[in-house]
Amino acid sequence: MINRAQLKVPDPERDHIQGAIDAPIALLEYGDYECPSCGEVQPIVREIQRRLEDDLCFAFRHFPLTNVHPHAEHAAEAAEAAGNQGAFWAMHETLFANQDALDDESLAKYAAGLGLDETRLIQEVISAAHSDRIREDFKSGVRAGVNGTPSFFINGQRYDGARGLEPLLAAVSNPAGII
Amino acid sequence: MAISTVTTESNTATSPKSGQGHPYKKMYSKSRRTALPRGADAPDFTLRSTPDQWLTLSEFRGQPVVLAFYPADWSPVCGDQMALYNEMLKEFHELGAELIGISVDGAWCHAAFARDRKLHFPLLADFEPKGDVACRYGVYRDKDGVSERALFVIDSEGKVHWSFVSPIGVNPGADGILSALEDLQNKQATPAIAEAK
Repeated sequence: MINRAQLKVPDPERDHIQGAIDAPIALLEYGDYECPSCGEVQPIVREIQRRLEDDLCFAFRHFPLTNVHPHAEHAAEAAEAAGNQGAFWAMHETLFANQDALDDESLAKYAAGLGLDETRLIQEVISAAHSDRIREDFKSGVRAGVNGTPSFFINGQRYDGARGLEPLLAAVSNPAGII
Repeated sequence: MAISTVTTESNTATSPKSGQGHPYKKMYSKSRRTALPRGADAPDFTLRSTPDQWLTLSEFRGQPVVLAFYPADWSPVCGDQMALYNEMLKEFHELGAELIGISVDGAWCHAAFARDRKLHFPLLADFEPKGDVACRYGVYRDKDGVSERALFVIDSEGKVHWSFVSPIGVNPGADGILSALEDLQNKQATPAIAEAK
């Protein structure tokens, strides 16, 4: 059996994706909600999505460095738990917008703010209900050569260039040219 | 361009005999080409792991060891690399391996670095004589006074099973280490399967 997480392209069976899976360009990000560089790149990703519209399929996988970022694991759990209530991307945005407040109390507050069942969400976070999935994301990243966050794959090819809007947009717009 | 250069260097580091006479050859520093290759005996050493403890490589005989040489504590790339390996300890242990970091920094520096980054594996001080172990593994940069960013997977019999020298500013990740450890595990498993048949 193929371990689907090992594919370096978005997989609708397991990944959180935005856009159509058959879009010509697939952008996969490995990220950590407490990583400042991931927070900085988030508006850039959003702008790329806005510009490319239907041509882009975006997926996010967790790559929490839990020893240097003590809240990263629970934040990833919160995103997954929100996903169980149909609000993965709303929580994803909220977490990146509030990187300096990712303690459990704040996570519950964000859940409530998004109109989610905060008790259920925080229970899932505390019981590490989604730890296997988060670990699977992490391990797939390591296998794919992810060495830090954020890491991007464009149509399955690792992107090692600068993370500004212009270079990233150029690479995403011309996936054949990234090597 | 940057990516293809890295790939070429990596290939050469993995199989030092390839690429002889290749135009890229001149681009490599000497130390890169002298990293101990697969099959070499891993030189034994005893280094400080903390200000009052010592660690000897041969104590790990019987299990694979991952030696991660890195240029310096505190530099951003090393931080990321060691932070990544720190998160990978479970996987390394599942493959029966121990991870050891080595740089020329002193034991007190390592202690502060490990505490700050919450590292859960030993950092050895290749401090006196400075870089001696790195030299013996062929990964010392004389000009810079630090080691290369070099990885060695040593098998249970103390031989180099895999080595890799990364460009000094590039975090090599952990995929190569995992593949090498799995390769070792498969090798161990194969005779047992043959016997069972």
